[in-house]
Amino acid sequence: MKYLASKVKGNSLWSDALRRLLSDNLAVFSFLVIAAYIVTALLASSNLIAVNWQDSIGASQAAPSFVDGFSHWMGLDIFGRSVLQKTVQGAYTALYVGLVSSLISIPIGVLMGALAGYFGGWVDDLITWIYTTISNIPEILLLVSIAFALGKGIETMCIALGMTSWVGLARLIRAEFIKHKNREYVAAAQALGASHSRRIFKHIFPNVLHIVIIGFSLRFVVAIKSEVVLTYLGLGIEIGEGSSWGLMISDAAGELVQGIWWGLASATLAMFPIVLAFSLFTDALRDAFDPKLRT
Amino acid sequence: MFAYIVRRALYAIPIMLGTTFLLFLLYNFVGGDPALVKAGKHATAETIATIRAEMGLDQPWYLQYWDLLMQVLKFDFGRSWSTNLKITDMVADGAGTSFSLTFPVFVMSTCLSLLLGIFVAVKRGSFIDKGLVTLAVGAQSISVLVYILAGQYFLAYKMGWFPISGYEPGLTERWAYFALPWLIYILIAVAPEMRFYRTIFLDELYQDYVRTAKSKGLDSNTILFKHVLRNALIPILTNLIISLPFLILGSLLLESFFGIPGLGGLIVKAIGNEDRPVIYALTVVGTIAYVIFNLISDILYAVVDPRVQLK
Repeated sequence: MKYLASKVKGNSLWSDALRRLLSDNLAVFSFLVIAAYIVTALLASSNLIAVNWQDSIGASQAAPSFVDGFSHWMGLDIFGRSVLQKTVQGAYTALYVGLVSSLISIPIGVLMGALAGYFGGWVDDLITWIYTTISNIPEILLLVSIAFALGKGIETMCIALGMTSWVGLARLIRAEFIKHKNREYVAAAQALGASHSRRIFKHIFPNVLHIVIIGFSLRFVVAIKSEVVLTYLGLGIEIGEGSSWGLMISDAAGELVQGIWWGLASATLAMFPIVLAFSLFTDALRDAFDPKLRT
Repeated sequence: MFAYIVRRALYAIPIMLGTTFLLFLLYNFVGGDPALVKAGKHATAETIATIRAEMGLDQPWYLQYWDLLMQVLKFDFGRSWSTNLKITDMVADGAGTSFSLTFPVFVMSTCLSLLLGIFVAVKRGSFIDKGLVTLAVGAQSISVLVYILAGQYFLAYKMGWFPISGYEPGLTERWAYFALPWLIYILIAVAPEMRFYRTIFLDELYQDYVRTAKSKGLDSNTILFKHVLRNALIPILTNLIISLPFLILGSLLLESFFGIPGLGGLIVKAIGNEDRPVIYALTVVGTIAYVIFNLISDILYAVVDPRVQLK
């Protein structure tokens, strides 16, 4: 008597999604890769690994060697610093840029999208105008303009990336709120006397939260790649603000002709798995929350 | 139809005002006093006052904004801080070069990704589909800078198959210098574009009309090229049109690495020199181009798909 009606237990969107994620080997593997990078970054930032990355430990630009200890595995840079340790520290910078820029862009995107979709009318017109305005300025030039206005460096880069990247999320959230605001459960909440803010955040928001989570994961893909390009253009990490894969790859522009390939190789090898893992995990999240969309 | 076009065109006006105002705020207020930036660190109070009067910064903000709008309408953005050339001339010179670099390769990479996109969408779920999509996701996980650095180093410097960098203005001479940037552009662009077109074709392939066409016995090629491709062309065309402004702006990284004097290279140089008026002018020009092409794309969409006007 397995199928007695009383025994049938409903699954929530979340438990269903979690079950799908856990049964997806690639998703689990991607998540483990991301977790490994987070642990590495935390250890590096709390001075437990790659502590002395700023110290010279040997001859300038010494080639990779496996006999002098693991700090020499990826060779040394022009100041005799361990490229491997710099790469490990770079993981912290990459995740920091991803995290801080998402913490700026996601609240703005959610709030703007929710208000526009929920209230409609002039609020919608105003917010749509604001984000259309921002999205009509070519992104790279807007980033340059913000960097000119606020100065250079890692903080500005995070602010600039955050301020320019909320539009996509706001559009998605707005569309969802338009769909949800006329549903019965919202009308029921209203009948019980729930205020606008309660209906927006307590009732509708949990139903669109999965979009926020997907957006959060995707932000990291974009932020880690943007850091490299912006740093090369001189708008990102400044020398002295720590080690970053962008700085290492930018240095390679001058190093390659001297036959020094290890800085570029090390940064690229470190960047590839984490960007790939975030991309695959984002896709897996999308599939898990909305199997209909599965491509 | 006409009413829709007029309505849509009028909507471009507040957008233009919004973008110019945002840039005005960024450059004239958020970024501090532009006269101080231009004068440099060791300027005397008098010099600063002169510069301020020259730049019109002693006027109230709405007059300054009005000046900016006039600049845009007259297409006159003053002179570059670093080269002292007229910015309008710099833009006009660079735009053609950039376009001749990006347009041919844009056509090539679009055709290639469209073909690949249709191919993997039709073979959905097969080994080749999974393989190519995984390869594309992997290819996108490598920084574009790495493609450029590695391509320039191995193919030009080590192998000597291409010039390392350089440019000759003659229409026939420049292609030799463009060959390697093109190859790299295609390597970078095909992966995301193929995935984009794959999604579009998959959206269409599972529509009811495809099932109807199948059940009335049409062969799969007719369905694909006569029915599916036609419907898929709407999002594809609109997407292509809004990409056009970026072709004029060129490719920042390719132009700077290969020494091609287009707008992209100009932007990179201006960033290095903190040449604000140049970046400012290019941002405004880029935005206007984007707004116009967005407008064209929306109108075209409405022409092809009458349902749009109802929204």
